[in-house]
Amino acid sequence: MNKLKRISAKLNLPSTVTLLILVIIWSIPTLGLLITSLRRRSDAEVSPWWDALVNPLSTVWSTEAYQNSIESGMLDALVNTFAVTIPATILPLMIAANAAYAFTFLQFKGKEIYFAVMVGLMVVPLQAALIPVLRGMVWFQREFDIQLTGTYASAWIVHSAFAMPLAIYIIRNYMLTIPTSLIEAARIDGASYYKIFWSLVLPLSMPAIASFAIFQFLWVWNDYLIAFIFVGQTSPVLTYELLKLLGQYGQGWQDVAAGAFISLVVPLIVFFGLQRYFVRGLTSGSVK
Amino acid sequence: MGDVIFGLLAVTVGIGASYGIYWLLNFLFSLLPQKILKKIQWAAFLLPALVLVTLVLLVPIIQTFIWSFMDDRVKEFVGLENYITLFTDPNFISVLINNFLWILVVPAITVAIGTAVATLTNQVGPTREKIFKSLIFMPMSISFVAAATIWSLTYAYVPPGRPEVGALNSIVNLFGIESQPWLTMDQGRLNSFLLMAVLVWLQVGYSMVIISAAIKAVPEETLEAARIDGANAWQVFARIILPQVWGSIMAVFVTVLILVMKIFDVVLAMTGGNFNTSVLALEWYRVFFESSDIGPASAIVVVLFVLIVPLMYVQIRTVKQQEELR
Repeated sequence: MNKLKRISAKLNLPSTVTLLILVIIWSIPTLGLLITSLRRRSDAEVSPWWDALVNPLSTVWSTEAYQNSIESGMLDALVNTFAVTIPATILPLMIAANAAYAFTFLQFKGKEIYFAVMVGLMVVPLQAALIPVLRGMVWFQREFDIQLTGTYASAWIVHSAFAMPLAIYIIRNYMLTIPTSLIEAARIDGASYYKIFWSLVLPLSMPAIASFAIFQFLWVWNDYLIAFIFVGQTSPVLTYELLKLLGQYGQGWQDVAAGAFISLVVPLIVFFGLQRYFVRGLTSGSVK
Repeated sequence: MGDVIFGLLAVTVGIGASYGIYWLLNFLFSLLPQKILKKIQWAAFLLPALVLVTLVLLVPIIQTFIWSFMDDRVKEFVGLENYITLFTDPNFISVLINNFLWILVVPAITVAIGTAVATLTNQVGPTREKIFKSLIFMPMSISFVAAATIWSLTYAYVPPGRPEVGALNSIVNLFGIESQPWLTMDQGRLNSFLLMAVLVWLQVGYSMVIISAAIKAVPEETLEAARIDGANAWQVFARIILPQVWGSIMAVFVTVLILVMKIFDVVLAMTGGNFNTSVLALEWYRVFFESSDIGPASAIVVVLFVLIVPLMYVQIRTVKQQEELR
């Protein structure tokens, strides 16, 4: 009797069952889309996706929707998304780390004001700045004959700028935990501030930078608005293509579903592989 | 294949160039005499950030603010005309009501479910906890557009005669109700509430993670003391755990609130803002991209900005309070 009680207390049945029901409800929509993406068009037209779920052995599974998607532009979009996301993750971190270093370890006039303005800009919704930036770029292109809009670089610049306030805030907070005695010791040994940054402070700040990096990566990868405005049709990213596809669901949900999952694969890998850092990023305040 | 190579090249050049800027800055600075160098050393690290933020954030925001007082093509000043037009337009008022409903419903439900899940997962074994949490958290990693795709399928409507594809319709069919085109039904703003469900689905993971960390930080002694005094599970939760994690709950609430005010992608992808579902950020998008009316669009985004600023002030204060407690 005691053993049974102990086991049942450990299992905590009511909680487990409640959670199980919740998790199932939570996962049904995604599951539905996944199954839809693996069916043939002809099947999808005569029976709903849960038919395939309850009769897994008698349905014909096919990857034809994925092949269609890849051929009609999803692969290009995947490449474009990488090309936009990777620099848009590395650049803001590099710029923010340098800035945070200055705010943490160097003394200069106006430091407080610069920092207050920098962090204060976190308040701004990105839509408030987009139109002027776009027009500014168009003007710049006409004046200097250097193409900006439609290139990856324009998205890098905008994403970097928008990541600045939060990145500097978080990285600086972390750098504050680095003992100044270390810096002083290095200075006494004759190292320049530049050397101290790249070989001492930056490596020590990696936990905060890594956490923010994952967050920034997912944010840029999943972004629609900035990619739409600044890169547009020239080199469409996954979210852009997917939105287009969604408008065409009349042609059959399986293509849309396959496209959606192609766009999900990388975030899911990042998420499940690096969940710990992602969570740490969230708890340290990286929310946008 | 050529695209991949071009992409790789672009990425390498981009990153290399940025590192090069810092190297160059430092090199130029090191050429200066020691006395001057000491005073402006900081600029070698801070300058790129300052320039970037000023050009891409600070100046544009001021620009938008000024433009909100100008006409469609920003050639002339029109004073408060844009704002007056907005607030006397019943469509815009309807949009404001939508935003209001969104912030009324989504943060509260997200926090409630998040707290419930955090509490429940705290009581089952560690492996189960990890699995459940991962699955609920997973939607946080996907794009709003992908989420919109998933839920568009769930809410899908097919004309009678063809087989059902939408999970919602098939469920109501079981209860004898006819299939409906849910996303077009704005009676009682039903479609907006269906869209809100998508955001709740996306954000519960976040609230669960933060609140779970807070729950686990509650000192074991306080729980023990309550149990010894004979409190049951609900009393322990309501009287001991809840007050101690309230700060985190509030922090999550405000964060989700701010996110909800800016909601855009989900509405755009699922209804395009039609059928009375439009929200502020979407209106900005529509007015600028479909009619190129810069003045009015700027006014809309200023309204959004003005509504968000007090919220962010509250958030920063709440986060600071949390940090001081820690």
